[in-house]
Amino acid sequence: MEPKLNTNQPQVNLSKKEKIKLEREMRHQIITFVVMIFFTALAFMSVASDLIPASFAVPFILILAVIQVILQLYYFMHLKDKDHEWPNAFMLSGIVIIIPMVAALMLLLGVVKY
Amino acid sequence: MSNSQALKKSVLWDWLTTVDHKKIGIMYLVAGAFFFVLGGLEAMIIRAQLMFPELNIVSAQAFNELITMHGTTMIFLAAMPLLFGFMNFIVPLQIGARDVAFPFLNSLGFWLFLFGGILLNLSWFFGGAPDAGWTAYVPLSSAEYAGTGLDYYVLGLQISGAGTLIGGINFLVTIITMRAPGMTMMKMPLFTWSSFVSSALILFAFPALTVGLFLLMFERLFGANYFIVEAGGNVVIWQHLFWIFGHPEVYILILPAFGIFSEVLSTFSKKRLFGYSAMVFATLIIGFLGFMVWAHHMFTVGMGPVANAIFAVATMAIAVPTGIKIFNWLFTLWGGRIKFTTANLFALGFIPSFVLGGVTGVMLATSAANYQFHDTYFVVAHFHYVIIGGVVFGLFAGTFYWWPKIFGYMLNETLGKWFFWLFFIGFHLTFFVQHFLGLMGMPRRVASYLDGQGLNDLNFISTIGAFFMAVAFVILLVNIFVARNDKAVADPWDGRTLEWATPTPVPEYNFAQTPVARELDALWYEKMQGNKKLPVAEPLGEIHMPNGSILPIIMSLGLFIASFGFIYATYWVSVIGLGLTLGCMVVRSVKEDHGYHIPVEEIKQDKEVG
Repeated sequence: MEPKLNTNQPQVNLSKKEKIKLEREMRHQIITFVVMIFFTALAFMSVASDLIPASFAVPFILILAVIQVILQLYYFMHLKDKDHEWPNAFMLSGIVIIIPMVAALMLLLGVVKY
Repeated sequence: MSNSQALKKSVLWDWLTTVDHKKIGIMYLVAGAFFFVLGGLEAMIIRAQLMFPELNIVSAQAFNELITMHGTTMIFLAAMPLLFGFMNFIVPLQIGARDVAFPFLNSLGFWLFLFGGILLNLSWFFGGAPDAGWTAYVPLSSAEYAGTGLDYYVLGLQISGAGTLIGGINFLVTIITMRAPGMTMMKMPLFTWSSFVSSALILFAFPALTVGLFLLMFERLFGANYFIVEAGGNVVIWQHLFWIFGHPEVYILILPAFGIFSEVLSTFSKKRLFGYSAMVFATLIIGFLGFMVWAHHMFTVGMGPVANAIFAVATMAIAVPTGIKIFNWLFTLWGGRIKFTTANLFALGFIPSFVLGGVTGVMLATSAANYQFHDTYFVVAHFHYVIIGGVVFGLFAGTFYWWPKIFGYMLNETLGKWFFWLFFIGFHLTFFVQHFLGLMGMPRRVASYLDGQGLNDLNFISTIGAFFMAVAFVILLVNIFVARNDKAVADPWDGRTLEWATPTPVPEYNFAQTPVARELDALWYEKMQGNKKLPVAEPLGEIHMPNGSILPIIMSLGLFIASFGFIYATYWVSVIGLGLTLGCMVVRSVKEDHGYHIPVEEIKQDKEVG
């Protein structure tokens, strides 16, 4: 009665609706991928060229990074999909806890006291 | 049916290799009790030393080691494992599951904790225990001022902390994915809820400790520099990291205890818990706020008035959800048919004791006044009021409440009541007077005090109280021994939650058929509907069970050996130890193990007997 794994996977017949869904998913993934490549290129260009002043380059790259993280988590790692409420909840609570904590630490360990 | 039958094993081998959550729970309880006794003995020596002024029962150095090990042992090796023991045994039963989500990891978590605890305590025999306080503040804990004892502290806590983290994640996954059909989150018993929140706190808080310990380890053993001020380091980094972990840690301890009280009070009042949803949200809010208040341990560090004020207000905010809980417990009792069993006595004794600890907590949170209280016996009194009056009372309530389910016999109620009253009186005698000692200016962690400072009488009273607690605990041990023939029925307290629906002793698979939970207090609901049995979600069929494994103990042993290599800078030993651990991980990954099945006939047989 040992369950045999990976043998004789049955052929899956997708309905038309499911096919459309899969295609849309595929499209989303490709668009996200292109956007992320574009953002990465943008980040490199902002440093390589002198188009953007250095004082703005750092926050600019950080913003790009945040957007990329969101795209990565929600599209590539499926946080946007159904049945991902728990991972979402824990990711969010982690972020909600960490942001004030890191901010407070940066302030408190700095030279200036508040 | 190739390996449907579990191989018959010797008892010892069975316990060493078990992945059964009930057996692991019992091992947590036994190991936790052992460390509890150890920490208690340390406390007795501390109190004996302070009984009279200028006593010299132990040297000042030994005293520092004793207070450090008392705190560390009680928090990490006694309170947490004892709570983990109850969580392990009870939570799967309460949610109608057959085991935790990752039985192998559950076993690994236990063995890591045990080897970490043994490593920490071995320091007594190899050059002295850690002596920098349980908080191990740098520079006291730096290589310059502390001996090898601190290395044992760092590595011992690192190993047992990894075990705790594994356990916490395991409970989260178990509670999220393995609830019986019908049991929505808002129909879970409150002990399961508080275990869940507590596990989430472990998930978010322990990494801070891990990071802190790694920094300290690298500084002590490999000459890195994070904390040495002369070299551009900052000692306050350690304090922040420690308390970012340390404050949630005390909520990790108290929340499951709150859960136990909720179960006990509602069972022995014969009423459903008052304000269930408010209780759940109060638990969540306490958990969240627990992360926002760590700096209230550091008011006197010099963070500045704005930071102090923010953290003071955040700290006081915690009194609100805690107050909600206290009132809900009181309203649960209100109009109930209260039975004064030992378990309930501890729950009832908890309410005023914990409120006292909470009030002094708000006093300490007042950052201006904190300059006066800081590092005095007032603080010692406060945290013993919340930890003994909260956590330890919870553990004892849980012990008397769940003992029949876990060990199959009833503890003696007469001895139990002696135990409660002696412990209760002893506890207040010991710690109530310490508030005043603190206000008179007696600093904490001093090895002795001079005569003629007005500290003699109160210290004497405090020590007498400690002896009361010791005698009370001996009565508990006697109780455990003499009551062992009083066989328990499956549901001795007329319980409300699913664990009381299982037969005693609980079979390996917990539930022959997965039950359906139709209401909060699922078992009570069926009792009120006149149903003898719980509705079931599946026909009687063979049950898939995980195989036991010896690997967790070897993996933990590997890290244990590696630690010695690090402490004594003989790195080939570390390589062997880490190799052992990694080797076991490889074996575990490569070897396929699909578990075994318990055949239907065997389950039917059990049912007839049970």
